[in-house]
Amino acid sequence: MVTLVGILDLARFQFAMTTIFHFFFVPMSIGLGVVVSVMETLYVFKKDEIYKKMAQFWGKIFLLSFAVGVVTGLIQEFQFGMNWSEYSRYVGDIFGSLLAIEALVAFFAESTFIGLWSFTWDRFKPGVHVLFIWITTIGSALSSLWILAANSFMQNPIGYAIDNHMGRAELKSFSALLTNKQLWVEFPHVVVGTLVTAGFLVAGMSAFKLLKLKKGDSEILFFRKSINIALIVGLVGIAGALGTGDKHAFDLQSMQPMKYAAMEGVDKTITSSERKDKAQPWSLISVTNPDTHRVIARVEIPYVLSILGNHSLTGGNTVGTTELEKQFEKKYGKAHGDIKNYYVPENTLFYSFRVMAMGAGALLLLGIVALWMNRRKSQLILTQRWFLWIMGIATFAPFALNTAGWLVTELGRYPWVVYGLMPISDAVSPNVSAASLLISNIVYFLTFATLGGVMIWLARRALHAGPNAEETEHLSPSDPYSHLAKGGEA
Amino acid sequence: MSTLEILWFVLIGVLWAGFFFLEGFDFGIGMQFIMNARDQNDREALYQAIGPNWDANEVWLVTAGGATFAAFPFWYASLFSGFYLMLFIVLLSLIYRGVSFEFREQMPTIQGTQLWERLIGITSFLVPFFLGMIFTAMVSGTPIDARGNLSAGFFDYVTPFTLVGGIAVALMSYVHGLNYTRLRIDGPLRERALTQLKFLYPVLLAGEALFAVLLFFYTDFIQTKPVWTLAILVVIVLTTVVSWYTALKTKSEAWPFILSGLALVEVVVLLFVGLFPRVMVANNPLHTLDIMNASSSAYTLKVMTIVVITALPVTLAYQIWSFWVFRKRIVSHKVVE
Repeated sequence: MVTLVGILDLARFQFAMTTIFHFFFVPMSIGLGVVVSVMETLYVFKKDEIYKKMAQFWGKIFLLSFAVGVVTGLIQEFQFGMNWSEYSRYVGDIFGSLLAIEALVAFFAESTFIGLWSFTWDRFKPGVHVLFIWITTIGSALSSLWILAANSFMQNPIGYAIDNHMGRAELKSFSALLTNKQLWVEFPHVVVGTLVTAGFLVAGMSAFKLLKLKKGDSEILFFRKSINIALIVGLVGIAGALGTGDKHAFDLQSMQPMKYAAMEGVDKTITSSERKDKAQPWSLISVTNPDTHRVIARVEIPYVLSILGNHSLTGGNTVGTTELEKQFEKKYGKAHGDIKNYYVPENTLFYSFRVMAMGAGALLLLGIVALWMNRRKSQLILTQRWFLWIMGIATFAPFALNTAGWLVTELGRYPWVVYGLMPISDAVSPNVSAASLLISNIVYFLTFATLGGVMIWLARRALHAGPNAEETEHLSPSDPYSHLAKGGEA
Repeated sequence: MSTLEILWFVLIGVLWAGFFFLEGFDFGIGMQFIMNARDQNDREALYQAIGPNWDANEVWLVTAGGATFAAFPFWYASLFSGFYLMLFIVLLSLIYRGVSFEFREQMPTIQGTQLWERLIGITSFLVPFFLGMIFTAMVSGTPIDARGNLSAGFFDYVTPFTLVGGIAVALMSYVHGLNYTRLRIDGPLRERALTQLKFLYPVLLAGEALFAVLLFFYTDFIQTKPVWTLAILVVIVLTTVVSWYTALKTKSEAWPFILSGLALVEVVVLLFVGLFPRVMVANNPLHTLDIMNASSSAYTLKVMTIVVITALPVTLAYQIWSFWVFRKRIVSHKVVE
C-alpha cells in the first residue's frame, strides 16, 4: 500500500477532495448571502411582504449551505498543520498570519451576525435586521479575501525573504501580500463567481418548482420574482467573471507561463510574426500525450489566441510548454527534490479551462433568454417547459465551473506548492503515516457523501414545501412550543 | 525572549481560555441533549439557549489555531501533525456537531430531528474530551525529533493522566453547561440540572484531586514551578468549591456559572504557566520547542499585534452585544407532556 500510494499522493488527494467539497459551499453561501440581502433590502424599501418571504425561504437554503461551508472550512484551518507540517514551518511566518487574520476579522463577524439574523426576525425593525444579513455576507466575502491573499502568495510569492538560519521564508512586507497582483484578479474573480453560483442556483430551483406548480397557483409569482432577482445577480456575476477571467488569463502569460501554455494547449512556441496570418490560432480541441508532453491532435480556430492573449486580432507570442521546460530546467535545475520535470497536467488544464469559459458563455446566454422569457407581461416561461428543465439542470453548472477553475489554478502550479520556491513533495508532513491518511481520506469521503446527500435532500424538501409552509411539521402551530422555534424568546 | 513572543504566548492562552469558557457551556448544553432532556420541548429549549451564539463561540477555537499558526508556526506544525488522529476525531466531531444544529431544525420528521440531536450529544462530549487529552499529552512530554516532528501512535498518548485530563475537561464543560441551563432556561430542565449538580460537584472535586496527583507524576510542573503550580491547583479547587456552594446554597444562578467557567479558564492558565516558555515538551529536552525557537519573525509578530489591537475590541464589543440581545430567559411553558 505504502509503496503504491505514498503519503504525498494521499495528502494531495485529501487536499483536493476537502477543498473541492468546501468550495461547493463557499460560493453558494456567499452568493446566497448576496441574493438574500438583496431580497430583504427590497422588503425594507418596498415594504412588500413577498420579499420578506423570499428572504426567509431562500434564507433556509442559505443557512444549510452556510452550516456545511463553515464545518468543511474547519478542515482547511487544521489541514496545513496536520498534513503539510513542513509547508507550515517553511511559510507559516507569512501564510499563518493571513489565516489568523481571517478568523479574527471575518469569521467572528459572520458567525455572530448570522446568529443575530436568523433568531431576531420578530425583534428588530426591518431596517436594522437587514444590516445583520449584509454584515454576514460582507464578512464571509472578506474571509475569502484573506484566504485568497494566502493562496495568491502560493501562486505568486512576494514580500518575503529567505532566512537561512531558521530555514524558512519570512515576511518582509505585509502590504505586498495585500497588493499582490494575483490577489486582485483572483479575489474579484471568486466574488463574481459566487454571484453566478447563487444566481443560477436560485433561478434553477425556482424553475424546478415552476414545473410542479399548477396554473394559477399563488406561488408562481413568488418564484418568477425570485428568478428575476437571482438572474440579475447571476448575470452581473457572469459579466464580471468573463472580465476578470480574461484579465487573469492574460496576466498568467508573465506570471505562470507554464499554466497558460498548458491551458491553451501550446506545446511548441507560437511566434505570430512567423505565421502567414500573423496571428496565433486557438485550440478548440487538443490532446497531449502525457509521457512525451507533445500535442498529438488538435482542432484550431485562427486568430482567437491573439485576441485572448494579445488583446488584438493579430500578433503576440506564446511560449510552448516544451520550451518552458528547458527554461525551468536551466533556472531551477534538472531535478528538484522529487520533481523530475516542470510540466503540468496539460489535458486536465486544457479541458478544465474550456469547461469554465464555455460554461460561463452558455450561462450568460441562458440567463439573458430566461430574463426575457420571464418578463412581466409574458407567460412564455410557464408554457415552455423544456426551457424550465434546462434552467433546472443549470442549477448544477456553476459548481462544475467553480471546480474547473480551481483545477486550473491549483494543478497549474504543479510541481510547486509555493511557486518557484517550494516543491509540493517537500511540503508534506513526514511523521504522518499512510494508514492515518488513508483512514482520514475514507472517513472524509463518507462524511462528505452524507453531508452533501442530506443537504440536497433537505433543500429539495424545503423547495417542495414552498415558501408558505409553516415550520417543520413537528413544530407546527398547534405545538405549544412553536414560539421557541421562531423567535428565541416568548 | 522578546516581549512580542511572550505577548503572543499569553494571547493564545487567552484565546483557548475564552474558547473553553464560552464553548464549554455550549458543549455542556449539547451533552444535555442526551443527559438531561426528556422530550422534544426540552431539546428545543436547549437549542434556543445556545442557537444564536454557539457558532461565534467556536470561532475562538479557530482563532486560537490560526494564532498558533501565525505566531508559532513550528508549534502549529508539530502539534497538528503529531496529534493527527485525535485532532481528526475533534474535527469530525465539530463537523457533525455543526451541521446537526442546522439539520435538526429542517428535518421533516421527529425521528430525523432526534437522530441529529443524539449526534449533538455525542459530539459535544467528544470534542472537550479529546481536546483535554491532547492538552494533557502535550504538557506531559512527547517523542519529538530534532526537526520538531512528533512521531507516535494513537495509543502512545493514552495514559491515565491524559484520560483523566480528557474526562476532567468534559466534566467541567458539562457542569458549566448545567449552570448555563439554570441561568437561561426555566422549567423542569432547570430543576433536573440542579439535581445533577448536587451529585456532580463532589465527583468533579475528586477528579480534580486525582488530576493534581497525576500532574505530579506525568509532568515536571511541580519540580520546575512548585509555587505557581500548587497555587493554581488550589485556586481551581477553591473555585469549584465556591461554585458548588453558590449553586446549592444561594439563589444566584450567575455566580455558579461564572465560577464553573472560571475553573475551566484556570485549567488553561495552569497548563500555560507550566509550559512557559515551552510550547511543546519533548522527551528529549534538547528537542523541546519554546516561544523562541518556534516563533514567527519579529516583523510578523508586530503586524499581527497591530491587527489584534485594532480588531479585538470591535470583535469583543459585538459579541458581547449579541449575548446581551439574547439575555432573556427561555421560558418553557409546560402545557402538554
